[in-house]
Order: sequence, then structure tokens, then C-alpha cells
Amino acid sequence: MSDNVYLLIVIAVMAVATFATRAFPFVALKGKGDHPLMDYIGRYIPPAVMAILVFYSMKNIDVFTAPFGASEFIALSITAVVHLWKRNSLLSIFSATAFYMIAVQYGLFL
Amino acid sequence: MNTDALKHAFKSSLPVMFGYVPLGMAFGVLFQDLGYGWYFSSLMGVFVFAGAAQFMAVGLLAAHAGLVEVAVSTLVLNSRHMFFGLSLLKRYQSRGLKKLYLIFGLTDETYSLITASHLPTTDDEQNYYFYLTALNHFYWVVGCTLGALLGASVEFDSRGMDFALTALFMVLLIEQWKKIQNPIPFVVALSCSVAALWFFPDKMLLVAIVLSTSILLALKPVVDKNK
Repeated sequence: MSDNVYLLIVIAVMAVATFATRAFPFVALKGKGDHPLMDYIGRYIPPAVMAILVFYSMKNIDVFTAPFGASEFIALSITAVVHLWKRNSLLSIFSATAFYMIAVQYGLFL
Repeated sequence: MNTDALKHAFKSSLPVMFGYVPLGMAFGVLFQDLGYGWYFSSLMGVFVFAGAAQFMAVGLLAAHAGLVEVAVSTLVLNSRHMFFGLSLLKRYQSRGLKKLYLIFGLTDETYSLITASHLPTTDDEQNYYFYLTALNHFYWVVGCTLGALLGASVEFDSRGMDFALTALFMVLLIEQWKKIQNPIPFVVALSCSVAALWFFPDKMLLVAIVLSTSILLALKPVVDKNK
């Protein structure tokens, strides 16, 4: 099997496997969209997933040794404060990202 | 073409662009070290469209892993996506190919933006979902392609730019908070995240999502009362 054929098959297998995980609930629960439980899930699971994703993005920070994830925590606080203040998603995200890029590239907290 | 929905989708997708292009490029740079043509990197972005799985694939390809191993690793790594659709059964009202494409493109970021959308359930909203998915997909493919084409010769220092995705999740967390005004899902999610990180550090994301979903389902009477 040539290298390119192997790669193409790997891509195909990964594409199918990824699609399968994403399609699973739509197939398994076909026609159940109107079930009363779905309103509850649609309302309360996304907030939980958001909290988990924020936590997950921050999980590689070493909070026990200096600089204790200072750049990350300050950038996350900037996001929250700017957002609660102006409620403009792009402004909150870009101000925090700009701060974080400067902090990381110029080694503000080392 | 519905220009309002497209404009709205473009605006909400901008933070994803700032995350996906540098991340896709990081993937492309690793990928071209394997010695394949750059267009295979684009091909992977087009057909797989899963960040973590593609990074994992670089290791599997380098080791010439068997196809069963590739399939199982991809399924396990992406299994959290099985829970995403649950919240979208009602929102995704498109049919046929359009719906298949929405499901295909259901990444963490697309899911987060779609579940935060306030648009009433109309044609506009369905178009918005479609444009948003397509734009995010496009940014990812652009990243994968540029990274593989330019390789390590990239001059622009994009370190830290992918914080845009963390900030996006944070903004959407605040929006969700304002929408539901109920602390229980957040408390459950954070407790489960800490527990999952402690007991299953390698599978933190999946364990936290499965655990929170189960607990929130069990707590339905309490959550409903707390409205």
C-alpha cells in the first residue's frame, strides 16, 4: 500500500468516525425533538458545556508554581469585565486576546 | 442568499477565525513534517474538521498506525460530540444535505455559538446556522492549508492568538448565565470538571460532559423549581 493511499484511507476513516460521533444523537433520537425533556436539555446543558470548555481551556495552567497562570487569569478576567461592562462580544474577546498575545510574546509574567 | 443572516454569522464567527487559523496552521506545520503533499493537509481540514483528532492523527500517521486503531482513537477522542446534538435536536430544522452538513461541522466552537443564538426559530436562524458552520469550516481549511504550505517559515508571530477561543467560551458562558439566571448548571459543571481533571486527567472533557449531563438530568425537578 503506497503512502498516499494509506493517508487517504486514514483520512476517510477519521472523517467517518468523526461524523458518526456528531450524527449519533440525531440518528438515535430521530423524531424525539419535541419530547418535553429536550427543552430542558437544550436550555440547561449548553451553559454547563460552556463552563466545562472554559475550565478545559485553562486546565494546563500550573497554578502551583510561578507565574501561577497570571497571563491566562488576567486575560480571562479582562474578557469577563469588558463583557459585563459593554456586552460587546468582539470587544471583550479581542481586548483579552490582544493582552494575552502581548503577555506571552513579551514574557510579561515569567 | 440571505445577507442579514450572513452578516450576523460573519460577525459571530470572527473570534473563531482568530482561533482556527493559527491552530490550523500549527496542525499544517506538524503535518508537513510527515513528508506528504501540502494539499493532504487541506483535504484533512475539509473532510475531518476536528482539531484535537487531527493533531492526534499526526502521531498515528508517523507511527503508521493500523486503521482499527485510527478509527477507535478518533471515536474515543470525539465521543463528547455525541452529547452536543442532544441540545440541538430542536434547533436544527433544516433537511437533507443542509442538515447533514450542519451535523458534520458541529465543532465545540460552532456548538457554543449556535446554542447561544437568540434568533427566533425562523428561516433566518436556519440560514445563520449554515453560514456560521461554513465560515468556521473555511477558517479551519485556510489554517491547515497555510500551515502546510508555509511550513516553519511563517514570519508572523501568532503565539497567544488562540486565546480568542477561550475568551469566546467565556463570553458565551456569561451570555448563558444572563439567559438562564440559574446557578445550578454552572455549579454542577465546575464540580464535575474538577472531579474529572482529578480522576481522569486524560479524558477530562468527555468525563465532565457525561457526568454533568447525567447529574443535570437527575436534578431536573430541583432545577425546574429554581427557575
